[in-house]
Amino acid sequence: MTDKKPDHSHSPDEIEQRVRNLENLLVGKGLVAPQAVDQLVDTYQNEVGPRNGAHVVARAWTDPEYKERLLSDATAAIKESGYSGRQGEHMQVVENTERVHNMVVCTLCSCYPWPVLGLPPAWYKSSSYRARAVNEPRAVLSEFGLELGEDVEVRVWDSTAEMRYMVLPRQPEGTEHLSATELAKLVSRDAMIGVALVGTAS
Amino acid sequence: MNSAHDLGGMHGFGNIDQSQRENFTHKWEEKVFGLTLACGLLGQWNLDESRYAREQMEAGEYLRSSYYEHWLHGLEKLLIEKGLVTVDELESGRCKNKSSLSPVAVENIPEILGRGSPVQMRPHSAPLFQTGQLIQVKNFHPRSHTRAPRYIRGRSGRVSAHYGAHIFPDLHSARGEKRPAHLYNIRFEAGELWGEQDAEGRFAVYVDLFEPYLQAAEV
Repeated sequence: MTDKKPDHSHSPDEIEQRVRNLENLLVGKGLVAPQAVDQLVDTYQNEVGPRNGAHVVARAWTDPEYKERLLSDATAAIKESGYSGRQGEHMQVVENTERVHNMVVCTLCSCYPWPVLGLPPAWYKSSSYRARAVNEPRAVLSEFGLELGEDVEVRVWDSTAEMRYMVLPRQPEGTEHLSATELAKLVSRDAMIGVALVGTAS
Repeated sequence: MNSAHDLGGMHGFGNIDQSQRENFTHKWEEKVFGLTLACGLLGQWNLDESRYAREQMEAGEYLRSSYYEHWLHGLEKLLIEKGLVTVDELESGRCKNKSSLSPVAVENIPEILGRGSPVQMRPHSAPLFQTGQLIQVKNFHPRSHTRAPRYIRGRSGRVSAHYGAHIFPDLHSARGEKRPAHLYNIRFEAGELWGEQDAEGRFAVYVDLFEPYLQAAEV
């Protein structure tokens, strides 16, 4: 089949109508169960999200052996913490240090580790982020308010296959006395994508 | 294919709109997300076919339209191509014939999402490249789906990890054929990709690439 030429006058109302028609059609044909859409959306809006990743990060900060497992076999270590499944079938965790800062992008689409971070923020899927992260990462980080020293090597991870990446941020100094539960509250989604540090505003 | 989805290194998009912190901006986007996943669970196509369907959106239209419009386009295209709905039904929104397929039961969804779809396979051959080895990405320009972005083609980098063999997406997207290919993580120095960029300072890009994309670099 040849590609159907798109109509170029997509007003929000028209798209809404088009999607409503599609949903009615698919439910009418018996291809989609009526509650399936709500259930799927609810899962990723309310159940699976960056709190999962923050829990993994805080555990790694407070348990050196877990951190070792996380860096050597992230899929297994994350599963051990209770998170696995779609768009997190194969995981790698990359560690920030004094000399290395990691950030994650998907230049070809929007690959993102759902089980630990939920669905990506819209900016992560934007043309600008996808185009620039691999070409001028420091300029991108600067837009997010993050200025790194010249002695820091920036490593950009382009998720081109089914391996999904999460950043293990540095633990802020002076937080050694906090519990894993308290530490998890400090860890933002953006820090686990690599566009923020923990403890900075996100 | 060398189309508008392959954005790495492109200029002209301006600053990142950080005000868009949520995934969904409109209610219809939630619907497109849910419908795409629900239809994907029918098992009539795989994730690589989904990506390919979105990439085939006309290039100018792809850049003008929003993220979930890409998904909507891909879903409609696959539904028609796989014969799940007719063009007539799609345009009218009215069901002519019930489908013979059964929808995924709502109660099974958590288990299905929890399981995911691992793509690791037993390799058919030993890996050609070793960790630390200098490789070069082939200069190739397929009209079909590939996960080798343009900005690394022809460039040299070093193998930083070998991830075993995964389903090779370039074939999986075309015929649903599950063939294993060794997957490597390759480190490219910024200077190799973009020339000298004094203002940017030191950085490197790590890209996951399948063995058929690669050749040994001449040292």
